[in-house]
Amino acid sequence: MITVFPETDRKYIYADRKDEPSLKMNTRGLRSQLKDSVPVTGLCPQAGPYGVQDSLRRGFSSVKNELLPSHPLELSEKNFQFNQDKMNFNTLRNIQGLHAPLKLQMEYRAAKQIQRLPFLPSSNLALDTLRGSDDTIGFEDILNDPIQSEMMGDPHIMTEYKLGIL
Amino acid sequence: MATVSVCQYHPGGFSFENCKRNALLEADINKLGFSSPAARKTGTTICGVVYKDGVVLGADTRATEGMVVADKNCSKIHYISPNIYCCGAGTAADTEMTTQIISSNLELHALSTGRLPRVATANRMLKQMLFRYQGYIGAALVLGGVDCTGPHLYSIYPHGSTDKLPYVTMGSGSLAAMAVFEDRYRPNMEEEEAKRLVRDAIAAGIFNDLGSGSNIDLCVITKGKVDYLRPHDVANKKGVRTGSYRYKHGTTGVLTKAVIPLNLEVVEESVQTMDTS
Repeated sequence: MITVFPETDRKYIYADRKDEPSLKMNTRGLRSQLKDSVPVTGLCPQAGPYGVQDSLRRGFSSVKNELLPSHPLELSEKNFQFNQDKMNFNTLRNIQGLHAPLKLQMEYRAAKQIQRLPFLPSSNLALDTLRGSDDTIGFEDILNDPIQSEMMGDPHIMTEYKLGIL
Repeated sequence: MATVSVCQYHPGGFSFENCKRNALLEADINKLGFSSPAARKTGTTICGVVYKDGVVLGADTRATEGMVVADKNCSKIHYISPNIYCCGAGTAADTEMTTQIISSNLELHALSTGRLPRVATANRMLKQMLFRYQGYIGAALVLGGVDCTGPHLYSIYPHGSTDKLPYVTMGSGSLAAMAVFEDRYRPNMEEEEAKRLVRDAIAAGIFNDLGSGSNIDLCVITKGKVDYLRPHDVANKKGVRTGSYRYKHGTTGVLTKAVIPLNLEVVEESVQTMDTS
């Protein structure tokens, strides 16, 4: 079952994993799909699984840091790709009907799953081709290229986060 | 020991990690009475005009850093595509990077469509990018070129608004240049007249605005041909010294002279071949 978000709501497309007998993942994995989204109205508080502040994993936090972004563009840039996609899919839905964004998002979902291990850089070739970003260059390709970053994330923690166990 | 773990891959692009720290540092520095270093700007005069066969773009060549001239001969007319050029005013790094990114994107786009890119495409790409960054990228541009639909000239402001006009000026000297344009522009000029008009407009900016100076660069774009005249006019020659401070021979009288020959003998002679591989 695939649910499409209505225009005004902030929910996302997710597949109900209970209906897929082949994937033996527990439903805790569902949380891994929802937690990556940044709500548009504010910065995500550093809440851990029990709702309190997660000092071990996210470091110390202060109310001042959480309330306001450090730069007016920070939120807008964090959500830019997501908002662009949302806008484009909405336009597509209005022009061509519901089937068009539905089919495209199915392909996106499939392409997003083609990844290396969480701590290794993936080329995202299929996803780029679908998005059309394989023949555009932006600041995300020039500045802070993750392939050239000097630090690597801790493999255990990143895998646990990906599986939702963390 | 609590460490901040990286849980996800960071996508790249602008990083806002140091913004709070920078704001604190700036506040501290201002409290002590100093000022933080200023970005290099091109307080500038740039302008463009559409004439009978194409477009003439003009720019001065001074780059300032606060109250000091950082570059006496910088190039402000940037290449976008073989038939499109762009003059940039504002923060020098921003105009440089923006025009390079748009140039790359246009090249990829042209390879994908198989056609010569249009000026309207470059305009649309620039305005969407500048609007995305809400004016924090300080690039004010004059974009001009000739494509299959004819000559076009656009002015693009840092917040992302654009104007399509037959003559535009931008930069700190824009008012001086616009005064010249308003006086002498007429539609469908000849090439020589258009070049003279742009040269005079930039000269007005150079001589009446502190942020503009040095030489005048021109770029004449017609269908199938681009003339990049750099420098078209050296309006400000560095002054020639009128006198010489060298002393004449014999100014200082010689009292005594003693010559001591140093007899050196060759002890060892060895040849070391250069590594030319």
